[in-house]
Amino acid sequence: MPPLKSWPLLGAAALLLLGCSTPATAPDDAALTARTAQMMVGSFRDEGQAGVNRLQQDAANAACSQAQGALLPAAQAQAIEQAARQSLRWPSDGRFIGDWREGEKLAQNGRGMTWTDKSTAPAANGGSCYNCHQIAPAEISFGTIGPSLARYGRLRGVSDPASPAARAVVEYTWAKLWNAKASNACSAMPRFGHAGLLDEAQLRHLMALLLDPKSPVNQ
Amino acid sequence: MKLPPLLAALAALAGLAGTVLAQPGATTAAAAGPAAVTAPSTAPSTADGIAQYRAMLADGNPAELFEAKGEALWQQVRGPKQAALTQCDLGKGPGVVQGAFVELPRWFADTGRVQDLESRLLSCMAQLQGLDAAQIARTPFGQGEQRNLEALVAWIAAASRGLRFQLPQARAEERQAYALGQRAFFYRGGPYDFACATCHGQAGQRVRLQDLPDLTRNPGDGVGFAAWPAYRVSSGELWTMQRRLNDCFRQQRFPYPGFASEVTVALGVYMGVNARGAESVAPGLKR
Repeated sequence: MPPLKSWPLLGAAALLLLGCSTPATAPDDAALTARTAQMMVGSFRDEGQAGVNRLQQDAANAACSQAQGALLPAAQAQAIEQAARQSLRWPSDGRFIGDWREGEKLAQNGRGMTWTDKSTAPAANGGSCYNCHQIAPAEISFGTIGPSLARYGRLRGVSDPASPAARAVVEYTWAKLWNAKASNACSAMPRFGHAGLLDEAQLRHLMALLLDPKSPVNQ
Repeated sequence: MKLPPLLAALAALAGLAGTVLAQPGATTAAAAGPAAVTAPSTAPSTADGIAQYRAMLADGNPAELFEAKGEALWQQVRGPKQAALTQCDLGKGPGVVQGAFVELPRWFADTGRVQDLESRLLSCMAQLQGLDAAQIARTPFGQGEQRNLEALVAWIAAASRGLRFQLPQARAEERQAYALGQRAFFYRGGPYDFACATCHGQAGQRVRLQDLPDLTRNPGDGVGFAAWPAYRVSSGELWTMQRRLNDCFRQQRFPYPGFASEVTVALGVYMGVNARGAESVAPGLKR
């Protein structure tokens, strides 16, 4: 009998078997899916802030896992993106732009949310942005998992982020930071707003890093 | 474009002077941003500079100290049963060490399951020497009996240095372990929605300045699965594959994988089978 606390995960696995968000699977695939869930539940334990409930997958993660790097069927991708767009929360005070200097610090900071990190509060987290992206051109230690963000605002013609002309780019950028799956169903980028990794103030600082004409990104 | 590290190091050492310049990595087809300013083609890239650093490090690998300790431990009479490990079967028969590492993980008849090297050592330490496998599995890395495991892993890996990975897939259990490992590899979860594949699912990526091998296929001799166990200069520690996987899961923001748990063995099968034909350089040297 599996331990009680693993029942929700096995229940989730059962939902997957019923195919609520996946294409029809052959019996072998269904058995393998069940075995995988059993393996995951049995192989991990809680440690620090990282509990085994982190293995629970929402529809997006389940679908993107099953795709194993391939593109999702268009209808499925669109459904995931639509659900992600519905999760978007605009800044509560309507302000999109903070301080690019704070944004740079956040982009450099790769800490947070691991089992060796003590706090789960967004204030304790960094954005880990340089892990995957080039951002300010002076920083050579950047990753290549995501596209380069060098000259982000400038290339999109943003001379004044507060202007109506910049509104579309500003909203697109906020949406990317809040829930990257809104525009790319299987995006590798964490859902910083939606998952509560960073708060509004922190997101505003990252917006400034990318869009403030005075930011080093746009020089 | 990424050169094989040794070739890049030789090129750098052959007299390419000059500053290390930033080189933008490959961007995906969906990239919205521009390529950053590129370096002139004759100047060394960041990757070349790192390769040169690594070549300089390679002269004298502290892993040798662990290997020597491991060799002694293999022969040492220990534990409640007062026995050595010299009859331990690592897959090629009792006591056969050479060549065993490049065929692990594999299925074992006596335990009826697929096991990697660390898992198999736990079995032998328990069965032959009467040591407490569960206790050792609960011991944090770098402490107590885990230190002995590191040394044994280093020595056993060294006995296969230069050989090429050829994990067996003859048994259904081994093939299933591969399939489970593949599922685990692409399993997205945790607050960052990361999977192993997020970093290791395609070629040509790096996180900060750390190149990431593509573990869905053979990424080359001495790379990826073929690079561990290894001595990590930055922490002064010998990291086994179990420890490498543990820290991967930590950085993925996943919960804690049990030592030698099924998911860790399955991932070893997936990576090891994908690396078929790659030359093992273990124990290697890492930053």
